[in-house]
Amino acid sequence: MVNLPLLCVEHLDVSFINDNMPQQILQDVTFTINPRETFALVGESGSGKSVTAHSILKLLSPSSVNYSDRSNIVFQGQELLHLTESQMNKIRGRKIGMIFQEPMTALNPLHTVEKQLGEVITLHRGLRGDALKKEIILQLDRVQIPNVSGKLNAYPHQLSGGQRQRVMIAMALANEPELLIADEPTTALDVTVQKQILNLLKNLQHELGIAMLLITHDLGIVRHYADNVAVMQSGRIIEQGSCDDIFLSPQTEYTRNLINSEPVGIKSTSVPAKEVLMSVRDLCVRFATNKPLLFRNTQFFTALENINIDIFRGETLGIVGESGSGKSTLALAILRLLSSTGSIRFNDQELQSVKQKLLRAFRQKAQIVFQDPFASLNPRMTVQHIIAEGLRVHTKMDKDEIESAVLKAMSDVGLDAGFLHRYPHEFSGGQRQRIAIARALILRPEIVFLDEPTSALDKSVQAQILNLLGDLQQKYQLTYVFISHDLSVIKAMSHRVAVMRAGRIIEYADTDKLFSHPDQEYTKELLSARLGRL
Amino acid sequence: MKPWGVQLSPAGKRRWAVFKNNKRSFWGLIVFVVLFCISMASELIANDRPILISYKNSLYFPAFKVYPETVFGGDFDTATNYQDSYIQNIIESDGWIIWPPIPYSYYTHIKNLPQPAPTAPNLNNWLGTDDQARDVMARVLYGFRISIFFAFSLAIGSAIIGISVGALQGYFGGKLDLLGQRFLEIWSSLPVLFLLIILASIITPGFWWLLGIMLLFEWTTLVDVVRAEFLRGRNLDYVRAARALGVSNRLIIMRHILPNAMVASITFLPFLLTGAITTLTSLDFLGFGLPSGSPSLGELVAQGKNNLQAPWLALSAFGVLSLMLTLLVFIGEGVRDAFDPRMLNNR
Repeated sequence: MVNLPLLCVEHLDVSFINDNMPQQILQDVTFTINPRETFALVGESGSGKSVTAHSILKLLSPSSVNYSDRSNIVFQGQELLHLTESQMNKIRGRKIGMIFQEPMTALNPLHTVEKQLGEVITLHRGLRGDALKKEIILQLDRVQIPNVSGKLNAYPHQLSGGQRQRVMIAMALANEPELLIADEPTTALDVTVQKQILNLLKNLQHELGIAMLLITHDLGIVRHYADNVAVMQSGRIIEQGSCDDIFLSPQTEYTRNLINSEPVGIKSTSVPAKEVLMSVRDLCVRFATNKPLLFRNTQFFTALENINIDIFRGETLGIVGESGSGKSTLALAILRLLSSTGSIRFNDQELQSVKQKLLRAFRQKAQIVFQDPFASLNPRMTVQHIIAEGLRVHTKMDKDEIESAVLKAMSDVGLDAGFLHRYPHEFSGGQRQRIAIARALILRPEIVFLDEPTSALDKSVQAQILNLLGDLQQKYQLTYVFISHDLSVIKAMSHRVAVMRAGRIIEYADTDKLFSHPDQEYTKELLSARLGRL
Repeated sequence: MKPWGVQLSPAGKRRWAVFKNNKRSFWGLIVFVVLFCISMASELIANDRPILISYKNSLYFPAFKVYPETVFGGDFDTATNYQDSYIQNIIESDGWIIWPPIPYSYYTHIKNLPQPAPTAPNLNNWLGTDDQARDVMARVLYGFRISIFFAFSLAIGSAIIGISVGALQGYFGGKLDLLGQRFLEIWSSLPVLFLLIILASIITPGFWWLLGIMLLFEWTTLVDVVRAEFLRGRNLDYVRAARALGVSNRLIIMRHILPNAMVASITFLPFLLTGAITTLTSLDFLGFGLPSGSPSLGELVAQGKNNLQAPWLALSAFGVLSLMLTLLVFIGEGVRDAFDPRMLNNR
């Protein structure tokens, strides 16, 4: 048993069958995982990482997937591809555990933690009654869930994101498997929780002596936790080696780009004059939590509380915070897309008292770019119609003028003029985000709210978009409000940063000062949670 | 693929492809369109007036125009009765007559039947005659047309009202939505049939009366679907982006959200049509529908029930109704699948 690899994947070719047309997804994927090691599979979205993981457990629906003859997946000397479904079931969960990206959907919302965890243990080890309960508590203790006995009867929605992921880990490790597959285990979590979960995984791995296949797009995680790395691009492994080799001397251009795609110094260097463009005073947003028909509502959820903020002309104001901290709500409230109380002044003009219909002038000057480029473009409109929409509302241009304005905006954001009559679904995420930016810029706004504009994009695309935004800011003297949960992006983009937590701004300072001498404990925690992000 | 030269969006193209792939629906649509066109030309197929007459070297179109008897050298200044052998003889003495394939209209009482009505199908009367000596084939043809007309008017009318109400409720939400929903709950619990029976005793409900009354109660069908789509749609990012651009509410509704709601509505439409046809037929059957004498399938069903010795009556009504409803259901299934996003994602 000396040095025998735990898992050998050899020449794995996978194709999906759609309308009798096989579509090659993986090509000649070969790697081995040794006992106790952490093997990381890195790549951008669509590169085939998850398909590889699902193939190992044969989780892909057999009717629509085809493995080539030379494909081999050998686990502990056993060929997995030829096993029957019932034989596979003995391996799934018992020998190989798996953690999914989204703990909310991977747990059944209708069953308690105890029942779901108990099911896994009973299935593979046949424990019942008190023994089972003892085992469940032991497992939950191991993943460091606080107040275990109180959590046994909790449903998934009553747990926080981090706790749900801990339960998932407990389920995956309950039968002490030899191999743990972690498919983007922390992508859906906030940075501070990410670090806790990854450390927990690392500790458990040591304690139980298991191997881990870590699938991620985040090189910071890989660098800190992986022993060996394979880089995937469009269904192939283009480079593999030890973690140090890959990071210190990457062999392929693609890997170099991945490693070097950290955004740096994009903000305009010219120090903006301190001229207030927008000022927000005592802004509050409350949502009613119950809506009685006849009586005045008395219960509210406070999404924003007493926000005071000034935005200077020509600067980028970064707003950072974890999910649910009210960042996006703040942008929507300032744009008056959500009703709020308090004062919003733009160019020394109070906006709160203006009726929606009379906001036209402001609508022309303030724009927003959303996070998800797939949701923010109307799938039924051509690129031209999408970009020209604002022009048709605010100006009386004729057809030719509109078309030339649209073409100008498209060349500004680096889109080919030939895309004019295409539909959004034909474009990649990065291109769609460029379309969204063009739509926002065509009216020559003074201020643009960027709501996580790069979070849904791959790292290399993200850098391109950020550079584009920087260039556009220089060119048109734009003011940005840049909302993000990603501190490295915020650091690269913004002149000043506001840190938000639970609907309040808890720290508000120049970028350099905030990153070198944070005042608040929470800010320090956020900063320290940035895993090796240069 | 551009069906009938219409430029389709990419989603539209895929939907059309899915629809065409479903052979049953595709052929159902073709057969239905053909039958519909034929029934539109009923006046040329079943009529007691000739299509074309040549008399003394001039041409006459009696199917479309009323000519007094004096034109053909008759005695009276009234509309010509072309069934009269006296008139026929005059015309044929100096010209010719082109008759439609079925020389009877839906109201024509055939005088010279060999047996007492209803008579069984023969070469003259392809589906026989009913108990008032009228040609069943002609009545079925006109009845098909009036049913389709009624169904389309009802479906389109209720779609327009229902979609508008649902759109306003869903888009603006709040008090308007709350009051609208309560009104709908009360409105849809009114007993339609009783109202119709009461109304039938006060007025004689013609085609438009029936349509109006049915419309009053049918429009609620689509409201819920459309409202749900709008509730979802108003929070979409691209709707927010449009609001940030200052696009007016009317334009946002029309351009950004309505197309989404149309998917659900169009899926519903064929089933609204079948529902309308069934309703009209059952009202006619009960005698609360179209005025007596109208070519209605429901009346034919009633005649079939009263004349069990003449099975061709019931069989014709049954055949036409089931053909029409089956075709519409087939088309409806195809449309539903074509708009099903799961089918679309399978590319």
